[in-house]
Formats: sequence, structure tokens, C-alpha cells
Amino acid sequence: MHMADALLSPAVGATFWAGTLGTIAYCSKKLKENLDEKLIPLMGVLGAFIFAAQMINFTIPVTGSSGHLGGGLILAIILGPYAAFLVMASVLTVQALFFADGGLLALGCNIWNMGIYPCFIAYPLIYKPLTKNSTSNGRILFASLLSAVIGLQLGAFSVVIQTLLSGKSELPFGTFLLLMQPIHLGIGIVEGIVTAGVISYVRTVRPELLESIPASRPLAAGISLKNVLVTFVILAAITGGALSWFASTFPDGLEWSIEKVYGKAELPEQEHGITAVLKGFQEKTAFLPDYTFKKSENEAKQEEAAPSWPGVDTGTSLSGILGAVIVLGVIMIIGVSIRAIRRNKS
Amino acid sequence: MTFDEEYFNIGYLDRLSYRDTVVHRLDPRGKVIATMIFVITVISYPKYEVIPLVPFFIFPVLLITLSDTPFKFVLKKMLIVSPFAVFIGIFNPLFDTRAVTLADGVLISAGWISFLSLLIKFTLTTSSALLLIATTSFPGICTALQRLGVPAPFTSQLFFLYRYIFVLMEEAMRIVRARDLRSFGSRGTDIKVFVRLIGILFVRTVERAERIYNAMLSRGFRGHIPSMRQLRFTISDAIFVFLTIAFLSALRFFNITEMIGRFVQELAV
Amino acid sequence: MSHHLVAFDSVSFCYPDGTEALNGVSFRIIHGESVGIVGANGAGKSTILMHMNGYLLPSSGIITIGDLQLTKKTRQEIRRKVGMVFQNPDDQLFMPTVFDDVAFGPLNLGLPEEKVRERVDEVLKIVGCLSLKDKPPHHLSSGQKSSVAIASVIAMQPDILVMDEPASNLDPKSRRQLIEFLKDFEHTKVIASHDLDLILDVCKRCIVIRDGRIVADGLSHEILSDRGLLEENNLELPLSLQRVAYGNDKIMEGERWTT
Repeated sequence: MHMADALLSPAVGATFWAGTLGTIAYCSKKLKENLDEKLIPLMGVLGAFIFAAQMINFTIPVTGSSGHLGGGLILAIILGPYAAFLVMASVLTVQALFFADGGLLALGCNIWNMGIYPCFIAYPLIYKPLTKNSTSNGRILFASLLSAVIGLQLGAFSVVIQTLLSGKSELPFGTFLLLMQPIHLGIGIVEGIVTAGVISYVRTVRPELLESIPASRPLAAGISLKNVLVTFVILAAITGGALSWFASTFPDGLEWSIEKVYGKAELPEQEHGITAVLKGFQEKTAFLPDYTFKKSENEAKQEEAAPSWPGVDTGTSLSGILGAVIVLGVIMIIGVSIRAIRRNKS
Repeated sequence: MTFDEEYFNIGYLDRLSYRDTVVHRLDPRGKVIATMIFVITVISYPKYEVIPLVPFFIFPVLLITLSDTPFKFVLKKMLIVSPFAVFIGIFNPLFDTRAVTLADGVLISAGWISFLSLLIKFTLTTSSALLLIATTSFPGICTALQRLGVPAPFTSQLFFLYRYIFVLMEEAMRIVRARDLRSFGSRGTDIKVFVRLIGILFVRTVERAERIYNAMLSRGFRGHIPSMRQLRFTISDAIFVFLTIAFLSALRFFNITEMIGRFVQELAV
Repeated sequence: MSHHLVAFDSVSFCYPDGTEALNGVSFRIIHGESVGIVGANGAGKSTILMHMNGYLLPSSGIITIGDLQLTKKTRQEIRRKVGMVFQNPDDQLFMPTVFDDVAFGPLNLGLPEEKVRERVDEVLKIVGCLSLKDKPPHHLSSGQKSSVAIASVIAMQPDILVMDEPASNLDPKSRRQLIEFLKDFEHTKVIASHDLDLILDVCKRCIVIRDGRIVADGLSHEILSDRGLLEENNLELPLSLQRVAYGNDKIMEGERWTT
């Protein structure tokens, strides 16, 4: 499930972008250090393979709905985690642009949710120890089922967390989890079966293909449970720090969590920082003196939204709606006339 | 959507990006930065804000008209695009039922307002991503990312991916057509056939990678992909970025819609 | 000029799975020659070509390109001399635009950017594709892709041009254009193909391969009119010769290869 821009707050979006970019830089460095030049075209073409394979649908037994391949796990099995993560990131980038899947700010979250978990958790910590280079089909199936399900559960959980931290959705935490996790259990099972099926198929028809691929074996060795845990603790600390910094600067995004923690949406510190400066700035530059800034000014309204919205001055609302109609009209006129002018020219 | 439709959709978008208009000629770096700032600005509005978001529609409208992008195409793509945001957003009216006075005597639940706000944000952000790719060739975007400091192993991935998407989609399309011809109308396939299809596609892909590597070697490849793509950031690019930022900040810091409404109201009085 | 450009001396090659693909192949190609390599599927044509640029190394025997013997060490050097055009232009054109693709080789040779630009324009003009410079390869027709693939190889100014099934994806018109281009192209050429008419038109000399051995090596018009020899090798007379053989009255067409 792709995270969408509209559900994100800038703070959450930027934080996950930072994490994703950091991982991209880290993987790039790792690949450069240990470059097998044969991997370069293979990675690129496998990205296109995932992209094309995702467009092929099949019917999920019993339910009758259709599914497709996610791809993160199979890439990790074939290319090793670092190369697989870069490929997955590039696939999601192209999707964000050509399909507008999610959007550009949400891309950071999406690469995180669908790249990090299969490549750096599911594959090295579950699939690899379980299969231990075994070629038994049963073992491969079990290992891929378990890793795909866990990878997708983590991804789905992240979507819930990212949405709730952003505070644009009213869905309560529990309900949201109940919506997301079971769906992704199904998707994970399918992903696991398909991944195992493809690996086994290739093993029977063209076994030499899997061996000829320089499956970055030395690269994968560096990942241990301890390293991953340490990295995650550090990342969590950084994320927490970044989020709380953002929180004090742009309060809107974290409204939900703050409300949960403090029982109300207001914190005393929120009048400091940028918010206060902006408020002052706006009051000073108001050119319509009777304009009710206190009520409709963005940040202030946000803070007061929950308790005081019903009391919003109707005069302000009316002028807002009137303004919106006028603005939309003007925009349409601009659009139509530019189009007309360009038609005439050509 | 069927495979063929999706394939031709991407192909169409790709062809749009190679045209030559005022917008297409702008430096990709400027467009990438401006789009990112636009998205962040739109997203930064709290969840009950609807009215201040309205003026932002000027951006997609200007881009569509100045770049001669077919409006219907963008609209259609957006309607198909991930219903996830809408799916999550529709819960807002269910859970947030506090009544809000819209105008004298007209009541509405706050959840509907936040849902409307979400829809507008969705429309604005999605259209901005689509318009970026409709007005900037993908290699242009990759070069921009490279120049903006994204590591080379990642951008060279993007270049390769883009080059072979169309080739592999055609290959996949042939496989799918062969399947559909023999499945006599029963839509889709069971999972066994599907796994086989993906397996075949995978084997062909790895073999192709081998041939590409061979071709690269015979033209002197030694682990480094040389590039002499140049971008020129001209005065008009600087003006474009500056105007975008200035306009976005003006919209963000002043509720222009409301001001206009109030102004007109006062004229009427 | 008696300068031997390509010399295979009892070359044998075994694939890792045990398939013996070449078995004591010997031939010499001198400067300016145009040689066609024909044979049934799996006869070993592609294996021979892949030895010419050192993608494969012989299991036994010696290959000399110019004055260099092919070894692991010399193969980088040899790849500069041997330009290889592959069967499927989609595998050959791996860069995002035509310009990037043609520039790939020269840039790897270490040419300065200004020179690379000149070179790209020059070779695109030769193959008649200058106007396609900024297009991505997937916007080109098959014929255009083949032309650009050739341009990307001759941009490296190789001493010898090696082509694998150059016309297999082309419509008749593009194929004809390719043949005209190759005829005018003053270069040492080695072409492996099932398209015997193309070989007859472009190559003076022809080598027939079967099961990894050379079974005939001589003038194209002699070998390609030997129906018995061709049919033994899963081949058949070129279409243009079939007309003659069946007593078509347009026998004058035959002038072309009897002179």
C-alpha cells in the first residue's frame, strides 16, 4: 500500500526522506567499495523486471481479487540487501513519477516501507538464516512466506504510524491497525508464495543463472541482528529528535500525538519559535484592519481547531467561501485564456 | 486497468515529456526543487484548512496550459491513481462528527471539512508529480538528481531502469497476451501459472542483462558509466524558481482567498 | 596489404556445461576483407564472434587480433580494435538517449568532451540518424535502432566491424538500406547471419560452420551457389540465386556475382 502525500505532514515526510536518503547513500557507498561491474546492468534490468512484473495480475484463490508481485524480497534474495534496496528505491521513484503512486514527499516513506523492511530485516534476519543456502523447495517456501509476511506487516505498521503522526486522518490507532494488518497478511502470503515459486522455478530450469549472478555474498555478510538493532535504535533516536524539533516548529503535524499525550492539543511552548514570529508578522502586515486574524490565521486556528471550531465567526467563513469562488473563477479564466492564446498561435 | 492500457499510458506520458514548450525548456533542477517546495507547502496546511488551499490550483492550471498538456489525461490519471488517500480520508467524517457552522444556519460535521481538505491536497500533490514528469524528460530528472547530490549508483539505476522499462514491458505484454489467448476469457490466472510467467520473464531478464553487459564491455566499460550530460541553469530558471517560492510563501503566509472575499463583501455593503 | 587482422589458429572452446562449441577452427582475415559466417543454429557462429572481442577466451588454440594475441590481459586493448554490433539493438543501446549511447564508447576511450561531441555528430551523420540525437532509444523504429547501434560502434573507430545477425529485426526497406550502407562502408567486416542474400550482397568471402568446425571457406558466390553444400548444413540457396537455379529468365541478374 503506497503512502500518499495528502496524508502526510511535512515533518513526517521530511524525516522519512532523510532516513531513506541516508540509506541510499550508505548502500551506494557499500556497492562502490565492493563493486562487481556485472551487477550494474543486472540491477537496472531487474528493476525494469519488477516494474513489468507488477503490471501482470493474477487471481488470488478464494477471494477472487487480483494481486501482483511487490518485489523487495525477491530482489534481496538475488542481489543481496544493498543492491536490492537501490533497485527497489529506483522502482518506487519511477512509480511515483509515472503512476503518481503516493507522490513525491511520500516517496521517502514508501521507499522506507517497501525497501528497508524486505532488504534489511526480512532477508538478512529471516530468509537467510532459515534457508542457509539450502535448495529444498519446502525450506525456500517456508522462509519466503515468513520473511514476506513479516516484511509486509512491518511496512503496513509503518504506514499506520506515519499517517497517525501526521495527524491528517481521524482513524483511531486500533481501527487503523485492524484495517491494515490483515490485508497485508494476505498480500504477504501471496508475495511469499510467488517469491518462492519464482526462485524454485529458476532453480529447476536454469540453475546456473542464480549461481552466475554475483549475489554480493561478501556484502550480505556484514548484516547481523545486532548491527540492525543498533542501527534502528540510533535511527529511532534521530527520528524522535527530528520529530520533536519539527513539533516545536510546526505544531500542526503532531497534533494527534500531542493530544494523546497531554489530553489537549495545545502545548505552552507552541507560542515560541516560528509560529510566534509568523503571527506577529501577520498582525503587522494586515491590510484589512477588521480582518479577524485571531480566528482564521493558520497556526492559531489549528491549535484551536478541536475545541473552538464550532464557534468560528460565520462572517469569516462566508468571506472565505466567497473568496474561494472568485479565486477559482479567476484561475479558470486564466487557464482558458492561455489555452486559447496558444491555440491561436499554433 | 489492463496491462496494455497501463503500458500505453506510461508511453504517452513519456512522449509528452519530450515536447518543446516554455515549461519543458526550464532546467530540470529548477522544476524538481519547485515541485518539492510546492508539495511541502500544500501539505503544511493543517487538516481543517480548505479555503486557503484554493489559490494553489493556479500552479497546475498554469503548468497544464503553458505546457500544452492534455487536461483530460491528467484528470483521468488522477482518478485512477491510488485510492488509498481517499480510502483513509473517508473515515474522517465518520469519526469526527462535531458540528461546524458553515454559514448562517448551515451545519456540517468537521470531518467533512478535513476530508475535503485532504482531497484538495491529494489533487494538488498528485497533479504536481504528474506534471513534473509530463514536462521533464526522465533522463533530465535523473541528471537533475545527480547534480543535486544524489549518489551515482542510485541515479545510474534510474537511467537503466528507464531505458529497459519499455523493453521489458513489451516482453511482459507478449507473455500476458499469450496467456490471455489461451485462457479463453477467464480473467487473470491462478497463482501457479502466474509464478511460471514471472519465472520466464525473470530468466529472460537475466539473460538480457548478460547480453547488455557484453555490449558494454565491447565498448570499453570498466565499471564506470561516463556521462557528459549538461544542464544550464539560466536567468529564466532562476526567475522561475524565485517566483514560485515568492508566490508560494505569499499564499502560505496570507490567506489571500479570504482577503479577496472580504474585500468583495465590503464593496457590496 | 598482407597484414593479418584476425587470425584463428586451431581454436577450440568448451562451455562450462561441457558443450564443445568450437573444434579446431582456423582462418585468417586480412585488412579490408568482408567475410560472412554462415551455418545452422547452434553451429558455433556466435561463439566465434564472442571470441573476437575477448568476451570468451579459447580453451585451446591461439587468436591474434592485429599484432596482439588474445589473452585476459590484452582483451581490453583488443576491444578497442574490434567493434561488435549485437543481434538485438535493444541490448546494444543501453543508455537513456541516442547521444549518450553513441558517446559511451568514445568517453570510455578517454577522448575529451569536445572531441566526443564531434565524433558523435560525425557517425550519426554517416548512418543518417543525426536528427535522432536527443531521443531515447525506445522512441526509435527497429531500423533506426540498428543504425544507431552501428553508429555507437563505429564511433570507437574500430579496425574491424563484427556483426551478429544485423538484419534480423528489420523490415525489407530498412534491411535494404542497411545492405547499401554496409556495401559502401570501407572497413574490415565479419558478419554472421542466416540472411544469405545479405551475405551475398555484402561479403566477398564466406565461411560455413558446422558443429564447431569450418566445412567450407571461399568466395561467397561460389559457396552460396553450391546447393548440395548448403543443404547439408541446414541452409538453402539465397533467394536471388533460387530464381536462377529454377531457370528464371531474368538470368541477367546473375551478372552481379559472376563477375
